[in-house]
Amino acid sequence: MEQAIFYFFSAVLIFAAGMVITARNPVHAVLFLVLAFFTSAALWLLLEAEFLAIVLVLVYVGAVMVLFLFVVMMLDINLAPLREGFARYLPVGVLVLALVVLEMVLVVGPRLFGAEAVTVPARQAAEYSNTETLGELLYTVYVYPFEVASVILLVAIVAAIALTLRRRPGTLKQEVGRQVAANRGERVRLVRMAAERSKR
Amino acid sequence: MSALQRYIKSFLLWELVMGLKLTGRYLFARKITVQYPDEKTPLSPRFRGLHALRRYPNGEERCIACKRCEAVCPALAITIEAEPREDGSRRTTRYDIDLFKCIFCGFCEESCPVDSIVETRIFEYHFEKRGEQIMTKDKLLAIGDRFEAQIAADRAADAPYR
Amino acid sequence: MFDWFMNPEGPMVLVVILIKIIALVMPLMLGVAYLTFAERKVIAYLHVRVGPNRVGPRGWLQPIADALKLVMKELLVPSAANRYLFMLGPVMAIAPALTAWAVVPVGEGMVIADINAGLLFLLAMTSMGVYGIIVAGWASNSKYAFLSAMRAGAQMISYEIAMGFALVGVLMAAGSLNLSQIVMAQQGSILHWFWLPLLPLFLVYFISGVAETNRSPFDVAEGESEIVAGFHVEYSGMAFAVFFLAEYANMILIATLTALLFAGGWLSPFQGIPVLEGLFAWVPGTIWLLLKVCVFLFCFLWFRATFPRYRYDQIMRLGWKVFIPVTIVWIFVEGAAVLAGLGPWFD
Repeated sequence: MEQAIFYFFSAVLIFAAGMVITARNPVHAVLFLVLAFFTSAALWLLLEAEFLAIVLVLVYVGAVMVLFLFVVMMLDINLAPLREGFARYLPVGVLVLALVVLEMVLVVGPRLFGAEAVTVPARQAAEYSNTETLGELLYTVYVYPFEVASVILLVAIVAAIALTLRRRPGTLKQEVGRQVAANRGERVRLVRMAAERSKR
Repeated sequence: MSALQRYIKSFLLWELVMGLKLTGRYLFARKITVQYPDEKTPLSPRFRGLHALRRYPNGEERCIACKRCEAVCPALAITIEAEPREDGSRRTTRYDIDLFKCIFCGFCEESCPVDSIVETRIFEYHFEKRGEQIMTKDKLLAIGDRFEAQIAADRAADAPYR
Repeated sequence: MFDWFMNPEGPMVLVVILIKIIALVMPLMLGVAYLTFAERKVIAYLHVRVGPNRVGPRGWLQPIADALKLVMKELLVPSAANRYLFMLGPVMAIAPALTAWAVVPVGEGMVIADINAGLLFLLAMTSMGVYGIIVAGWASNSKYAFLSAMRAGAQMISYEIAMGFALVGVLMAAGSLNLSQIVMAQQGSILHWFWLPLLPLFLVYFISGVAETNRSPFDVAEGESEIVAGFHVEYSGMAFAVFFLAEYANMILIATLTALLFAGGWLSPFQGIPVLEGLFAWVPGTIWLLLKVCVFLFCFLWFRATFPRYRYDQIMRLGWKVFIPVTIVWIFVEGAAVLAGLGPWFD
């Protein structure tokens, strides 16, 4: 049964990944990428890596791909010029492809990742929590790399904000905080006046 | 108001709670809906509904084709054609009101020197075919004949204020 | 792989799961139908009107009449729309709204999948809801729908972060990602429920939930007065009804989660009070949960009848500049409290 599920999701994943690079409409490509992420999350679930699987869906599908979709939808791409010069770029493309394949074979070849090289991991009990184990490992053994990574991300965020933050004096700008804090007492003054009589 | 007080108020959503309190009170208020086909609100004698042309008690139609209503109509809904009748009196041969154009302002009624064109209390009516919205002279007179008692009573009730 | 089918227990498990799903989804759909009715009634009462009261006794058949009407209507596909994505949109909207219920316990032990990472799963599923809206808005090939999709997308991503942080607070307080265990961690009395120690997070979570479901006062994605009906402006008949179902199912989901995470779930509110606890001991936990959910759902409707729509920049400010800092600060406060073993909650 598990094998059937594995092959089903693998087939969907390969199909989706293929469509990502062959789909003509960029929005379709992004949606196929979402499908690819989803199916790989399902495959990870089969590997009992539920934390990673859910985080994949949460971060990539739930946030990153939405932003991708945003950008792609806003773009008004004219596809014709992108297809030009296919023959001219073909040799370079093939070269890069060959390099990548070579590297992949060297790194994930049967020597390191073959069926003999890797022992079958033991099935965990139902109470086993992948999240807890991962958290323990991350905050004990790998605490420094983990913290360094988070600091780098923080720096990136701060840098991105600093790049776009530009205060221009003299421009009219709405300050929501002040608008929200405004109350009736500051704006309205009720005046008592003697009633006017109409003169006939 | 001190800044601290303002912070506490805004974090406790004070203003929002006040707003909720205000609307929440109305949850228990007596409902004022009028269940229309079963219940109806009272109508004023001045109500401006469907038009009618009136007759004198002796059966003679009141309209003398002065065309003041046609002139005053802001929506140009009234079309009148007139000719002398055999007895020499000036009468309309055509008196059409296009109800799609009419805005029920009541100016025709106000301008009429002989209280001929009036607006009745009828407000529930419908059309099923194109062209039915044109109220011809016959239709208007028929409405007037049918509701003369009510129309006369309404004019009498409003007379002291005119 | 065939021994799985040969094994009598294999298919049985599947059947049991299917029965569980039906037992959860059927009342949910009925709840959605009557939530629309409740919405019209409650808002009418707040407006000093009486609301729908013509179909059936006191209007109780109104949602059924509405559903019938929508089923009968023609499904229109705009000629310039992207056909497949146009039809996929409603499906993508409702699928996560229903999937999330898989890990939601509706009573002690009454849950389809009692998984350890339940909270994470929920967060992942609620973050998926935005796809339906974006895809529908884009595929409609209509300016209003597209604007609405953009608004909804930006808004939902922004509020997801605050929501996630609020959930981190719950996770710290309960020490578990499993929803049943989170509820059990709130045992004691009404003061042990997490709404009290996590009051800011509770408020942030519920308000973010309102924003996440695109409900008033955060309904700029629908914005009748500006962009007619937003992302579902081109939809008719059943496709529109599916969007409707998704929105209301999401509302019920958010209300249920708020009840589970912050208001003690199925625990009795009279726990720990000497006489009343015994007096109400016969009430099943599911009823308590239902009552709490109803209270939160009423709040959704009450908000809609009370508050004017937020301006878009104010929504963004509230999400990024108010909620996220508040949650981060409170997580630190909570961390200190957990370290100190403060009070009845963190010892």
